[in-house]
Amino acid sequence: MKVLVAVKRVVDYNVKVRAKSDQSGVDLANVKMAMNPFCEIAVEEAVRLKEAGKVEEIVAVSVGPDAAQEQLRTALALGADRAILVRHEGESEPLGVAKVLHKLVEREQADMVLLGKQAIDDDNNQTGQMLAALMNRPQGTFISELNIDGEQVSITREVDGGLQKIRFQLPAVITVDLRLNEPRYASLPNIMKARQKPLDAVDPAELGVDLEPRLAVLKVTDPPVRQAGIVVETVADLVDKLRNEAKVI
Amino acid sequence: MANLVIAEHDGAELKGATRAVLSAAAAIGGETDVLVAGSGCDDVVQAAAQLPGVRRLIVADAQHYDHCLAENVSALVVALAGDYSHILASASTDGKNFMPRVAVMLDVMQISDISAVIDAETFERPIYAGNCMATVKSSDATKVITVRASSFDGVAGEGRPERVDAPAVDGAGLSEWVEDILSESERPELSAADVVISGGRGMQNGDNFKLLEGIADKLGAAIGASRAAVDAGFVPNDMQVGQTGKVVAPQLYIAVGISGAIQHLAGMKDSKVIVAINKDADAPIFQVADYGLVADLFQVLPEFEQSL
Repeated sequence: MKVLVAVKRVVDYNVKVRAKSDQSGVDLANVKMAMNPFCEIAVEEAVRLKEAGKVEEIVAVSVGPDAAQEQLRTALALGADRAILVRHEGESEPLGVAKVLHKLVEREQADMVLLGKQAIDDDNNQTGQMLAALMNRPQGTFISELNIDGEQVSITREVDGGLQKIRFQLPAVITVDLRLNEPRYASLPNIMKARQKPLDAVDPAELGVDLEPRLAVLKVTDPPVRQAGIVVETVADLVDKLRNEAKVI
Repeated sequence: MANLVIAEHDGAELKGATRAVLSAAAAIGGETDVLVAGSGCDDVVQAAAQLPGVRRLIVADAQHYDHCLAENVSALVVALAGDYSHILASASTDGKNFMPRVAVMLDVMQISDISAVIDAETFERPIYAGNCMATVKSSDATKVITVRASSFDGVAGEGRPERVDAPAVDGAGLSEWVEDILSESERPELSAADVVISGGRGMQNGDNFKLLEGIADKLGAAIGASRAAVDAGFVPNDMQVGQTGKVVAPQLYIAVGISGAIQHLAGMKDSKVIVAINKDADAPIFQVADYGLVADLFQVLPEFEQSL
């Protein structure tokens, strides 16, 4: 079976970002970039499936600027077989990315698509679901467990009240949650080998997809600042303040 | 202009988030209809039949809507979508699951997790784990929106919407529900509780979460956790507060043994009053806490419980 894994280049999760002073967007100048943490988990899962003999080929895909090649090389170093970059400068929205992935799934005849459940920059949590609907295939979102037996997929999803198990047939789209696995680190020999692996670049126009954003971002601002309060010395002080000053208990 | 709100429920109970979504719909303006999809969920329908400010209550009673399988529910919503300018659901795991399918079937961009309505086309939403707020304008014909329930006061009062049946839509037959493994709790629901007390890695193990229970009982609080506590296996994942867990905005949030990583703050920094109990005086949580207590939690928690 062939698996497509979508990866996104985003701000490193430890960076505390700020809005630009002209409110035109988030200030990303000289900020460390990395692979979206949820995408790392998706790549790891694909590699584990390959190691278990359930997957023959892993194709890593990214929609982004030329610099996103770095994240595709990371995916290759982690165990993906080849990579495809769909060149696009600027913001990409889930709707456009889902359409791009749909075209690639058709072109590559992939049986399964693995994605992160959300990107930590736009926090949308949409792309996998949109792709599944475009393919008119089942989706397994926010999964913390994945079992594949031939065409049959059983998953455990993380839902509000606890966990939910569902099953469906391939082809399907799966989005991964944090607890699915612990991604490995790429070893130096694998990083060297990844340089030799194929990485193709295509333009969205070749796929017949328009990536023009549908949502206009009017402004981006910092959230209201919360001021640090006071440090109390004793529990009695704390209870007193909560009761008589904040009046919340 | 009319809104369609998809009711949030678990088959037995109408969730409070539905009232929050109704208040977002009211801010948009126009008439609002509510959809309840599921089979034999009479209590939910009865509760929904008393929601205020609702024109029509649309009931879709069929087994394939149970457990809110995305493939089936999205097909139903799309079949109903025709006349609506706005389709809204709560940004719960259910809403996040089926709404993007609805959006792409209508060929529109979904607007996720809105925290404010500016006007009928313009919305505010947090990005980058709540470190920035984006104001976005949609020019799509239908606005498909998920609502951050903790950012809206639920509509109050009662009404008498007209009840109608939804058109029959076949199940997609794409996926099959197997079972739910739900966490049992007598306490209020985390995302709707007035008081939340959360433990982090500093709790050291799952047994020590019992130290929070006595306090939670006295305050009528829900118990939450940081990702570190969940990953370490102290507590189940549905207790996680943060960017990847639940977003809460209670009157009082008590963070115990939680350092305050960006991802955790994303889930609780809109709480009215924040209390931090941590032995590390430099923990980032103290930068957002209204009241901080630098102390060993094992010493102060029993004392805290006693003094309540």
